[in-house]
Amino acid sequence: VRYVDEFRNAELGQAVAGEILASVDPERHYKLMEICGGHTHAIYKYALDDLLPASVELVHGPGCPVCVIPMGRVDDAIALARTEGLIFTCFGDMLRVPGSQETLLDAKAQGADVRMVYSPLDALRIARENPDREVVFFAIGFETTAPSTALTLKRAKAEGIRNFTCFCNHVTIEPPLRALLEAPDMSLDGFVGPGHVCTVVGTRAFEFIPSQYGRPVVISGFEPLDILQSVLMLVRQLRDGRCEVENQYTRVVPRDGNPLALKVMAEVFEPRPHFEWRGLGSIAHSALALSAAYGDFDAEQRFGVPGVRVEDPKACQCGEVLKGVIKPWECKVFGTACTPEHAIGTCMVSPEGACAAYYNYGRLTRAKEVV
Amino acid sequence: VSAPESVAGGREQRVLEIIETARAKPARFREKRITLAHGAGGKATQTLIEGLFVPAFGTPGGTLAELGDAGAVRAGGAQLAMTTDSFVVKPLRFPGGSIGELAVNGTVNDLAVSGARALALTVSLILEEGLDADVLRAEVRAIADAAQTAGVEIVGGDTKVVERGAADGMYICTSAVGAVDARAKLSSAAIAAGDRVLVSGPIAEHGMAIMLARNLFDLDASIESDTCSLWPAVNALLDACGPQLHCMRDATRGGVASVLNELARAAGVSVTVREADVPLAPSVAAAAELLGIEPMHVANEGRLVAFVAPAVAERALSALRAVAGCEQAALIGAVGEEPPGMVLVETGFGGRRVMDQLVGDPLPRIC
Repeated sequence: VRYVDEFRNAELGQAVAGEILASVDPERHYKLMEICGGHTHAIYKYALDDLLPASVELVHGPGCPVCVIPMGRVDDAIALARTEGLIFTCFGDMLRVPGSQETLLDAKAQGADVRMVYSPLDALRIARENPDREVVFFAIGFETTAPSTALTLKRAKAEGIRNFTCFCNHVTIEPPLRALLEAPDMSLDGFVGPGHVCTVVGTRAFEFIPSQYGRPVVISGFEPLDILQSVLMLVRQLRDGRCEVENQYTRVVPRDGNPLALKVMAEVFEPRPHFEWRGLGSIAHSALALSAAYGDFDAEQRFGVPGVRVEDPKACQCGEVLKGVIKPWECKVFGTACTPEHAIGTCMVSPEGACAAYYNYGRLTRAKEVV
Repeated sequence: VSAPESVAGGREQRVLEIIETARAKPARFREKRITLAHGAGGKATQTLIEGLFVPAFGTPGGTLAELGDAGAVRAGGAQLAMTTDSFVVKPLRFPGGSIGELAVNGTVNDLAVSGARALALTVSLILEEGLDADVLRAEVRAIADAAQTAGVEIVGGDTKVVERGAADGMYICTSAVGAVDARAKLSSAAIAAGDRVLVSGPIAEHGMAIMLARNLFDLDASIESDTCSLWPAVNALLDACGPQLHCMRDATRGGVASVLNELARAAGVSVTVREADVPLAPSVAAAAELLGIEPMHVANEGRLVAFVAPAVAERALSALRAVAGCEQAALIGAVGEEPPGMVLVETGFGGRRVMDQLVGDPLPRIC
């Protein structure tokens, strides 16, 4: 962890901020979207907005895995969790995401055996330790987490573990970005690209953004200095009239990603024809289901789920927040009816959600501050 | 660091003001069921206390509504303090301590940060049918040793045994009475703009030690619980500051962040913490980073947060550092007026953000 310290050096940060200020055109406004929820979290945690000129606006994108799960899928998860004798495992954030009636945490309080895990391998271990009970893992996330689910399923298959299944909600990053870029209200000037996803899919997977939509992309690491430097690289591309995919996160991300991870994913998953996204509606080929070879490990096939589509709550504007059309505080229910303790929308639950990040870290009436 | 160019627009500020008004209202308890979050020491616990317990149990002019770590009791001419705490930690033994030691220190510390030295302690045990008697013997020893170290006499107790499955090994409840020290003039109302904030040592060690002791992750780090009696630290602070020591809290569940938020709300002040000055062991920082947990939300069992007048801040720090176990005490921040009820963090990176209370529960049953 010593290694990360230099990426949190305040003097270096101020220096990069100074370069950003020197590189912006004072006449124009820069609307840049960070795609990944991890970036959103870091931007608020380190208050990076404080270091940027007013003309550079960071807009929070759709890359928070918890935020994009629609209510209908949460209801399905709760139905699975209530199955007699079943152990339902999931990441901590998902426990508090509201379905149409309740959360997994509520189901747990009423007797469902819901257990928080930190990785799919933990879920597999629980299955191994409870051979007479069915164990379901609630898989969520983009290409970042999909390989670990895939590897876990491969291991389950190799070990012949029969009581382990996966409720698969893995999604892919490209289709929602295309939906965003094709939306009539699209007003973004460039993208801070998701470093972790790119370790798997490579920077190549983002080349469609400059080539087809004419917007620059900089793939970024997750330390505050990484993000500032990526903003600088974007501002410079815009200043110089360039439009390409640049890689700020070269210490981790290769152009072709991780071929091994991609191979495992191709073996275990196949694209779903359609998947419903929170706030964004149904997007074709935007999610992964288990492939025929892994059909035995598919919780939806083994147990069946209600699969009822649930409209997003009327008051909730998660979709507009995910698309970067409105800022979290512009949502009608932000901070009053919808808070981290009693969330209406998914964006208020995960620490990577734009609304939760803003509520927990950014809720500053700056005009009143005294230093 | 000031950033005039990022001053919030008028509309955003109005939204934020509405939110702060809503937050300043007393919490309401609206839930249908109790979840683990209600025991986590964060916002859900606060709704339970302020929305259910205080309205039911509090009396006008009584001590309960002050929500201190101990209640004040007047008996004849004597100023006494009384408190109670129960312990359900899993596992029963962990690096740096065990449930028995925790049960004594936790209660003694609630009195200590209220300015009272513990005089007498009662111990109630809830034991699960089938508990290994050697486990019980070891914890009885741990309770006796911790009581001796803390200088408190065990004057009574109770034992219940429940069916297998109805408890997890053993639970302990301790209650204690202490005499309020004549030097102590402590109250959240005494906190004023300009006060300095001290923490008595590196934070987040107890919670992190428990987390690692549960073997949920393949993470090897030698982190030990910080459980200890805080009376020596309190005694040193009272000596050094007298009435200039304004308020103290024991930063248990919900961590330093929850304590600061509670006091900022209670006193109607703001607290600004310099993140870089908060003492944190490298191993704890690394584990927290890997698990994505904010160290200021992690429980401590032997760390206090103190608010002192600025004039005595350096003296308080020296006094604290002279106490065994508090060598790494630090001044971590200061009290301001605006925005009232809020805790802000100056990040090591030069920005400022809000630091709220913990929502939900990263890990239940840590104490």
